[in-house]
This record gives sequence, C-alpha cells and structure tokens, in this order.
Amino acid sequence: MDITPSYYLVLAAMLFTIGAVGLLVRRNTLVMFMCVELMLNAANLTFVTFAKTLDDIGGQVIVFFTLVVAAAEVAVGLAIIVAIFRRRQGVTADDIHALEG
Amino acid sequence: MEAVLFFSFAALALAGALGVVLARNPVHAVLNLLVTLVTMAVFFLMQDADLVAIIQIVVYAGAVVVLFVFVITLLGVDREESLHEPLPLQRPLAIGLGVLLLLQVIVLAGNEWATGEHSVRGPLDDARSGNVETLARSLFTDFIWAFEITAVLLVIAVVGGVVLARRSRQVPATRAAEDGS
Repeated sequence: MDITPSYYLVLAAMLFTIGAVGLLVRRNTLVMFMCVELMLNAANLTFVTFAKTLDDIGGQVIVFFTLVVAAAEVAVGLAIIVAIFRRRQGVTADDIHALEG
Repeated sequence: MEAVLFFSFAALALAGALGVVLARNPVHAVLNLLVTLVTMAVFFLMQDADLVAIIQIVVYAGAVVVLFVFVITLLGVDREESLHEPLPLQRPLAIGLGVLLLLQVIVLAGNEWATGEHSVRGPLDDARSGNVETLARSLFTDFIWAFEITAVLLVIAVVGGVVLARRSRQVPATRAAEDGS
C-alpha cells in the first residue's frame, strides 16, 4: 500500500491532540512543557509533509525557525520553573496561584 | 516496506506521546518524549528532510531532553505524583475538547486540502546533496531576515534564562516584604 501525505497529517493531528489534552489534564508544569513540545513537533511534521507534497523547500526552512523558538521557549520556561520552585517548593500548576482574585 | 516502517513508527510515536501524558514520574515522561522525538526524526527522513532530521536529533533529543532531565534532577521532583484531579469536570471536559479538536483537524484536512503553487521557494532537489544545499541557499537568501531575528531571539532567551535563574545573594528588605514570604 502507498503512504500518502494524509497519513502523516492524520498522525500529526493525533500527536497534536494528545499534546493539547495533556496540557489541559496534567498539573505538573514540567509535563505541561513536554506536551507543548509534542504539539510543536506535530506542527513540524505537517510542515515537512507539505514541503514534500508541494515540492517546496520553504516548509523545511520553517521547521528550523520552529526549532529555534522551541529551544528559546524551553530555556526561558525552565528558568521560570526553577525560579518558581525556589519560592514555592513545588512545580505543579496549583502552586502558582499568586494571581488568583 | 514504507507502509511497514510508517505504521510501526507511528505506533511508537503515539505510544510515546501517550506515555508523556500518562506517566506518573516526570523522568518517565521525558524518556517517552524522547521516543516520540526520535520517531519524528525517522518521519522526517522518510520525507526527504535529511538535515531537519539530524537537527531534530541533535537539538531536541540532545539539548532539549537533556535540559529537561537536568531541571528535573536539579529540582528533585523525580518522585511519583498522584494523578488525582481536584476539579471534577476538568478531565472529561479536556478529553472531550481533545476529541473535538482531532475531529475538527481531520475534517478540515479532508475538505480544505492545501492546493498551493508548487515550489514557491524552490524545489526540494534531493537528488544531489539530500537538499542540504537548497535548504542552506533558501535560508541565507530568502529567509535571511528571519534568520537574523532568530539570532536576536536566542540571545534574548539566554539573557532571560540567566536573569530568571540567578539567585541574588541578599534580597532587599522591601522586595522580601512585597513577596510576602
């Protein structure tokens, strides 16, 4: 059987959904970050799939920029988590309720 | 052959993704994430994105995952946590929204298929050098401004990370009072 681009797109949609549900369900901020990484990777997979489908190098170049943004996000996000852990002694989302009304 | 490869690695990727969401221990979640990231690199290879696949392994499976493991061990949060959910409706609602999202994306992908112009930024040209050359040329000509801006973004991220994670020796009295700690 032939693997068409739609197989990759459906797989990317499923990975994106798992990441989104994980982001909503989990309370550990580290695991929530990992779910964001999953969603970014699903988006990357669609970019590469469309680059192949449309025979366009632009899709693969965009993946580079997504990778850079993901790396910057992880660096800043983990620094924020470390800063919060120092103050609150916990990394679950329930520990970060300083803004509640 | 391609179908066997695709379906076995797709099962692995989905298992890794589910493992991230369901693992009680954050370290197990990171290792499951690693499985998914490496299978992603395989999918990139299967679609003629050689350089992107290698960078995926180096940046994601190398740097990002190691950073996660480092922070988990640094903070000592590597123990099992209960998956108990205090809000009663949160979990079914989240799963329902997730299913809705999945159906939406699949329906949209089925109806509104991307039918753009082909090779706007140049063809893939994978015959000669595994399109590394084409990618580099596009990156350093068409996308040069975006490339420079990502350099600025990385510098900002590094400075921000250092500022956030730095522990000042003495906290001024007024700031300590403001924090209410």
